[in-house]
Amino acid sequence: MKGENHLSRLDESKLYDELSRSNLPATKRWYAGTGALLLVVLASVAAFVYMMFTGLGVTGLNRPVMWGVMIILFVFWVGLSHSGTLISAILRITRATWRAPVLRGAEAMTALALMVGGLYPLMHLGRNWRFYYILPYPSARQLWPNFRSPLLWDAVAITTYLTGSLLFLYFGMIPDLAIARDRAAGWRKKLYTFLAAGFRGTHEEWRRYHVASTLFAVIIIPVAVSVHSIVSWDFAMAMVPMWHSTIFAPYFVAGAIYSGIAGVISVMVILRKAFRLEKVLTPDHFDNLGKLLLTFTLVWGYFYFSDYLTAWYSRFPEDWEVIRSYSGHYLPLFSLLVACNFLIPFPMLCLKRVRQSIPAMFAVSLVVNVGMFTERVLIVVPSLARRNDPSIWGSYFPTWVEISFIVGSIAMFALIYVIFSKLFPVVAISDVKEQLFHTTDRTIGGANLSTVVSGEGKEEGRET
Amino acid sequence: MKRRWAMVIDMDLCTGCGACVAACVAENNTPTVGESEAGKGRLMQWIRVVRYFRKEEHDETRAIFVATPCMHCEKAPCEIVCPVYATYHDEDDHVNAMVYNRCIGTRYCGNNCPYSVRVFNWWDYKREKPLDEQLNPDLTVRSRGVMEKCSYCIQRIRRGKETALSEGRPIRDGEVLPACAQTCPPGAIRFGDLDDPESAVSRMMKDPRRFRLMEHLGTEPSTVYLKKMRAPGR
Repeated sequence: MKGENHLSRLDESKLYDELSRSNLPATKRWYAGTGALLLVVLASVAAFVYMMFTGLGVTGLNRPVMWGVMIILFVFWVGLSHSGTLISAILRITRATWRAPVLRGAEAMTALALMVGGLYPLMHLGRNWRFYYILPYPSARQLWPNFRSPLLWDAVAITTYLTGSLLFLYFGMIPDLAIARDRAAGWRKKLYTFLAAGFRGTHEEWRRYHVASTLFAVIIIPVAVSVHSIVSWDFAMAMVPMWHSTIFAPYFVAGAIYSGIAGVISVMVILRKAFRLEKVLTPDHFDNLGKLLLTFTLVWGYFYFSDYLTAWYSRFPEDWEVIRSYSGHYLPLFSLLVACNFLIPFPMLCLKRVRQSIPAMFAVSLVVNVGMFTERVLIVVPSLARRNDPSIWGSYFPTWVEISFIVGSIAMFALIYVIFSKLFPVVAISDVKEQLFHTTDRTIGGANLSTVVSGEGKEEGRET
Repeated sequence: MKRRWAMVIDMDLCTGCGACVAACVAENNTPTVGESEAGKGRLMQWIRVVRYFRKEEHDETRAIFVATPCMHCEKAPCEIVCPVYATYHDEDDHVNAMVYNRCIGTRYCGNNCPYSVRVFNWWDYKREKPLDEQLNPDLTVRSRGVMEKCSYCIQRIRRGKETALSEGRPIRDGEVLPACAQTCPPGAIRFGDLDDPESAVSRMMKDPRRFRLMEHLGTEPSTVYLKKMRAPGR
């Protein structure tokens, strides 16, 4: 039993081969899959170009529902992008010993989901070819954007977060790029040599790397929290019933982390399957991620309950009409939300058997994200459809153009993730190595444990 | 020449005929969208006449008409949320102005307007010949992708001020009228300057029937209403 399930600890090149399977030369199947994704993305881009040249009339938007699928997708993808960096930063700071194989995939997910999400507020503009009016650039007319507008805060927050998470991703990758550089040939060698920035692995370099990565992790956490707070303020600052709520910022952050953890789990399951990482991503990792997800199921449920309880109890007529529409016109969506976000995941995640079963975790994580998408629909649409003036009440249903954006956003995310994992090491090789270095097998009683001595001298056990 | 323009709508006089809407459409180059688009909630009219029905005694149903143009709020929620200052407060005339060329179409103003009086150009609206001949040359035809709304007929306000200036006199009360006020057959819509204590609107502001739509939101609208009263013979 000893050592069977472990990665090769001593043979470094074998370890590298095991962890960098994603970087093997592309096969025909890879090209076929990527091509299919590209086609879906192109179809979605074509729908966007059609919308741009015809007008937003091709969407289902109207008065009063002036924001629709594109804003929902923006909130959804920015939410998904949340956990990557946040989880990775928190795990780095708390020195969770199981973090190593999760880091890179999660960080990449942040940057790439943010790239997808950031497109939609620009696409949704009525005159998207004039999007740069929102930037504070020196204009001959001496016009400046309006810094009182939450949309401008949004633009600032998203660009800051995108820059920060890309740097965080790149910085954490430097030692791995150096390993890859030493083993690659051809154009890859050139690419990695450039990106590894001359990292040689000396003591001094490692010391600086550790200091900087801890600092980076500490700095990126407030940025991540602020970003989704600002996204929530797009809604909370407006005088729209049920949006105008003081709890929205922490509620959105909790929801974002919730959907993000679920997203990380889905991505990890796919990576594990696609690149045969069974030895690195063990059921224990999914157990731990499942516990995190369970925590956020409860946190999200708590925020949702307290937000709605106050609105329901005070019974202000404007808020009340929105709440009433949940049990009327929007009842199917509301039931889906409650089921997918709480009733299904909560009992499932309480069971260790579910948390340790990878197919079950995959299913739960998908269910949670279906629920989180529904949650965003229910935040954006009913509040607008039941605005203050009853004479203008309306409804909203997306057209084929907007549905193609939904499909296209998923395909786009998958496409850039596939390309990313083909180009870069998708498992944090040096972190895994570091962890293996600290791990020893011990026989305690009848059990065979792999134990990790962490930096503070604490010991954590894991059954094998 | 600072002015505080205000509109008073007397609900007692309003018959709900909709002449104000027609006048506004003709004056302000507002596109007509057709039946199916109107059904989707994409009417482009800058003023709407809302009907509310009320059951009275003897099973008699009566309608209340609320003509709703832009309220030109002093504390306008639409202005602060626009990221590019496309809608801003005109401090000279105390109206809520809209710069179409600056608008990028985030539609945030439309969401944040509690009165939902802002409309969006979902399409390039075509005017077939000879309908294009009836466009008003005093103001622009808005392009696809921008917000628009009632401007209190800013082109008429500007012209009135210019005429008064060239003749070297102040603007007379009633000299400047938006198209809706000019057209309203029972004269339910009054328009004027609140800084002039003698103007008709200043006097009507003292009416005890006066109220503002959604006053609790604190938007301080410049468009005010005179309540419909129930009394013998009404």
